[in-house]
This record gives sequence, C-alpha cells and structure tokens, in this order.
Amino acid sequence: MIIRCPYCGPRDVIEFTYQGDATRRRPDPASSDQDAWNSYIYDRTNPGGSHREFWLHGGGCRQHLVITRDMTTHAISSVAFARSIVAGESS
Amino acid sequence: MVELAHATRLHPLQAGNPDVASASVTLADNATRVSLRSRADAVAALSGTLGLALPTKPKTTATSGSRAALWLGPDEWLIIDDVDSSVAADLAEAKVLHSAVDISHRNVGIIVDGRGAAAVVNGGCPQDLSLKAFPVGAASRTVLGKIEIVLWRNAENRFRVECWRSFANYAYAFLRESARDVAV
Repeated sequence: MIIRCPYCGPRDVIEFTYQGDATRRRPDPASSDQDAWNSYIYDRTNPGGSHREFWLHGGGCRQHLVITRDMTTHAISSVAFARSIVAGESS
Repeated sequence: MVELAHATRLHPLQAGNPDVASASVTLADNATRVSLRSRADAVAALSGTLGLALPTKPKTTATSGSRAALWLGPDEWLIIDDVDSSVAADLAEAKVLHSAVDISHRNVGIIVDGRGAAAVVNGGCPQDLSLKAFPVGAASRTVLGKIEIVLWRNAENRFRVECWRSFANYAYAFLRESARDVAV
C-alpha cells in the first residue's frame, strides 16, 4: 500500500504506523457516563467501506495524518494532517 | 530428464565480505551531528547563525563547506559537519527559540558508493531512488529493513546512510549483504 504524505509524497506503508480509528470522540473528561466511556474505549464499527484512521509517518516527516481508506479495497481517498482536521473540528 | 540446479551455498557470516565491483559499503568518518528543532518563524535567524539557508522543502538539503542541513520534517533538521565543527557553539549564540541537541555519537554514518549504490539501498528501502524522484542532494528519513535511517544522496552513485549506533551492526551487515546480491 502506498500512502501519499502531504509533505513527502508517495511512500511505502512500512514507513507509517497505524494509530487507530479517527472517528471516535472522547466524552467530556468530567463526565462519569459509564456507557459513553465504555463505548469510547471498546466499541469499533469496523465498516466494510470507507473509514477514517490516524496514521503516523514515523519513518519520514513524523507528522500525524488522518487518512480515509476503503477497508475492502485499501483505496485511499484522502490524506490530511491530523492537526488541521482536529483543529477544524474543535472550533 | 530433470536436471538439478545447485545454488552456491554461502556461509551466513560471509555477508561481511562482499566481493563486488559495483558497490562498496564503508564507514563514514566521524562527524559532528546536531538535531535541530524550531518553528518556521525562527528559520531565517537560524539560517544566519549556521551560515546556510535551512531547507524548508521535503527531501532537500543545503550545504556550505563541510556543513550540511538535511530536512527531516517541517520543524526538524539534521545538521552534519566535520568532527571539529563549531556548529553546537554557533547555535548556542542564536537568540530565537529552538532546540539543538548534539547527537554526534548517537548516529553512525555508512557510505554506499558505486554504480549499484541505489540498488544496494533499495535492498531494504522502499523509496523511489531514481534520479527524478531522489536527485543528487536529496535526503530523507526513511526505513532500511526494520530500522529507521536518514538517507542522503551525495552524488549520483553515492549515498550516506545515517542510523542510530545501536542499529549500526544491523545496517552495516544488511547493506553489505545487499551489496553482495547486487550484480550490476
């Protein structure tokens, strides 16, 4: 699998580390809603199609990325810096 | 009749003795190395301190005399200079916010030289090392087998591989074995 890093260009997947599901949202840290925390920690949807995930380009520019990948074909439809996406969502 | 083919059996420790003319794998001289981290707004001031323009584009380097700066990330450079370099002292004079850590003894440099050099490195590194994608002067952090390296193309057929010292035996044996396999 080739991932197109926004800085480094197309690089082999062995330069990258998978860092998990990028769609889950942490509950309010002050919350004691056990179901919400349980869901945050354990529930994963594992969809058959498009999915958003965090990847780290550790063998390159060391930037955290958010990648939209099709779980059945491995086709990657978008790659962006996690910092810009996370900043955009929280504002 | 089926004819049996016999591969030449090599002793596993023969990896250390490649007998090929197309590529050599040798140790680089000792060097001064600095890991430099800073934000974009300090790049101009640090460039003035170092006496070279810090590269800001991926896979690029800047050199001035014996001193070289390799782009590793948007806020990270590897500075390599001669062993008696004043680079650490020079950076201590910089008044802008930055981090400069002397990593001279953390890294080991290995030189891969010869017309098969790119093939030798590609034995464990998945990057496109064609001159179009990785021209002379290009550098990048990448992987070699199972370790992280910094790869720098000094000339068309000459690469400098920088790895951490605890991985040096692995990198050296890997490259020499790769050189033995490259029959170009």
